[in-house]
Amino acid sequence: MQPHRLVMLAIAAALVVWVIVAGNWEWLPKYLPMIVQGVWRTIWLLVLSVAIGFTLAVPLGLAQASGPWFLAVPARVFCTVIRGTPLLLQVWLLYYGLGSLFPSIPWIRESELWPILRQAWPYALLALSLSYAGYEGEVMRGAFRSVPRGQLEAARAMGMPRFTIFRRISLPLALQGVLPTLGGETILQLKATPLVATITVLEVYAVASRVRQDTLITYEPLFLVAAIYLALAGIIALGFRWLESRRPRKSA
Amino acid sequence: MENTLGLLALSPPGWGGTLLAGLWASMQIAVGAFGLGLIIGLGGAYGKIYGGPVLRDCLGVYTTVVRALPELILILLLYFGLTDIVNQIMLGLGYDRVQISGVVAGVLVLGVVQGAYATEVLRGAILAVPPGQIEAARAMGMPAAKIARRITIPTMLGLALPGLSNLWLIATKDTALLAIVGFSELTLATRQAAGTTKAFFTFFLAAGAIYLAISMLSTWGFARLERWARRGDPPRMTGGT
Amino acid sequence: MKKMKIAAVALALSVTAGSAMAEKVRVGMAPEPYPPFASVDASGNWTGWEIDLMWALCKAAAFECEIAPVSWDGLIPALEAGQIDAIMNSMSINADRLKVIDFSNKYYDTPTVIVAAKGAGITADAAGLTGKILGVQVSTVHQTYAEKHFGATASEIKVYQTQDEANQDLVAGRIDAIQADSIALDAFLASAEGTACCELMGAVANDTDVLGLGVGVGLRKGDAEMQAKFNKAIEDVIASGEYDKITANYFASSIYGE
Repeated sequence: MQPHRLVMLAIAAALVVWVIVAGNWEWLPKYLPMIVQGVWRTIWLLVLSVAIGFTLAVPLGLAQASGPWFLAVPARVFCTVIRGTPLLLQVWLLYYGLGSLFPSIPWIRESELWPILRQAWPYALLALSLSYAGYEGEVMRGAFRSVPRGQLEAARAMGMPRFTIFRRISLPLALQGVLPTLGGETILQLKATPLVATITVLEVYAVASRVRQDTLITYEPLFLVAAIYLALAGIIALGFRWLESRRPRKSA
Repeated sequence: MENTLGLLALSPPGWGGTLLAGLWASMQIAVGAFGLGLIIGLGGAYGKIYGGPVLRDCLGVYTTVVRALPELILILLLYFGLTDIVNQIMLGLGYDRVQISGVVAGVLVLGVVQGAYATEVLRGAILAVPPGQIEAARAMGMPAAKIARRITIPTMLGLALPGLSNLWLIATKDTALLAIVGFSELTLATRQAAGTTKAFFTFFLAAGAIYLAISMLSTWGFARLERWARRGDPPRMTGGT
Repeated sequence: MKKMKIAAVALALSVTAGSAMAEKVRVGMAPEPYPPFASVDASGNWTGWEIDLMWALCKAAAFECEIAPVSWDGLIPALEAGQIDAIMNSMSINADRLKVIDFSNKYYDTPTVIVAAKGAGITADAAGLTGKILGVQVSTVHQTYAEKHFGATASEIKVYQTQDEANQDLVAGRIDAIQADSIALDAFLASAEGTACCELMGAVANDTDVLGLGVGVGLRKGDAEMQAKFNKAIEDVIASGEYDKITANYFASSIYGE
């Protein structure tokens, strides 16, 4: 370790200690259970939206890369619209727009689904998943395009059915292509989750806002969530690095 | 739907004028933040490549932290923190408090965020400039500033433009986050109009269309710019992204 | 590049220092509809009782006032950071807030009520809200009150950034009842969607510890000079009859409270 790094580490440690000692942390014990629950909700939203979003991104990418026009055009429009508008606007459109439409339809209001539809998290999850699908669909399009033509031709020459080609050749190669970018995309998604706080989902950012608003302490809760997000981003980065190191390397 | 379309009229009682005023504020901030981000990014990129170890590590901390934290938290920390610090300094020096307008605060905050991303984009582009060109210029005795102006920046522009185009799109969309601190840009104006008139779909869709138009226009403009910046490049292999 | 730098400098210089002439006061308001007190109309003008009163107070105190839109939860941080100099946004004077900011004397004081969907069978007490979802606006006296008195029986106290969002979710059926200031909710009940869906369920029992001492102008801690000026202005505006004149434009009776 170079000496200037030690000095920088010492300065960083001193800053952290100063924030801990000089800051007002009286609120922490009271709100700790809420914060833990908030972190849990953030992780849960992140994991589910990435899973759903990625599942949607595969057909979106495939349709754009090699689908017929009546599938490619809608997929293209979807990705353009999602990527071209702010997520905050999408979240509000779904929650306030769609959410204000539902209760005026009697059969929805009387259905079994209403107790779920009246909550905020389904809209948050939907908005986050669609957003991830839009961005990742674009990435998958490039990945499917860059699958070497020779491989597909060889498979076709062997008489492989189309779905088997997709399952055994296109998809694995495309997935291998996007794996290095997935970590970054997932961190971007983590950074997008606080937006759902604006529609009353109590994830960790919303909890920090509540502390801020209840106690009128501005900076300490923000520092705490900043630290939590840094830690989560670090874990995601390390996790994907580990995943990539386990990936079988191409021998060529 | 037909009667709510009237709400988009440009003059009151339509809210179209309010939306356009919000759009104007959004654009001012996006342009300012993008410009500030470029300045920070250019300095940061040069610092990361040619700076000493301390400077390099400091810049590394800056880009890592800013890119790992949600923009919303950065905006809150900087929006209140930055103005607080400025005012503490002013009071400490015996001056009056300054009042930092929403536009200036927004530009500063988003500029600091953009700067971190721009540093990485520009660093990659500068590194991709063939070292032989710079060595040749140095051998000819060109001063460093002239090398930057005549060789590095023109050559890397074509390489940096796709990344910068992305950053510009992020800048336009990130202005929406200022709605949360109560800055009256397009998204907040939309929210106000929708809340007052209860025509949620009409206004959110209208604002979505505006953002989409900006994004598509910018993508087109940047593509033309890239073609212009690359006009001297040798022909490239096409395909792939 | 040079042009860009000049632009940045120009931006930095456009921050304005307070002039020596008439004292400039930036008044923080949350940019959301809160009728009849403060809302922005389609042409971008602020209207409402509190806005009219603000201009009257500024005139009486010879302030050169300017409205600065700041989100509700950002008002106090913005005041402390010096982005604004005063808050006039129906902010009640209570013990928690007095720890961090100062207030002028009160300029209005109204009871707190509960509104729910028609025929919901809700009453404005702990028993009547059993198992229901109650919506309140964040960091208001209503949030504190609801959490203290209804927290044990209600199934959830849902906290919103703005009153307008809480009203919206009541209309959408996402929550069962809302608790807020009686006048703000009167205005909501008089609106088209309010009339259609909801009705007044009554006032909650008073609790001065929580509900506070009425609404005052929020001021930076220790800004005694501005506090004295605002107090004097409130007194003057009431004495000159202007307060009643403004009130008559919006309400049937006085909202000053006793």
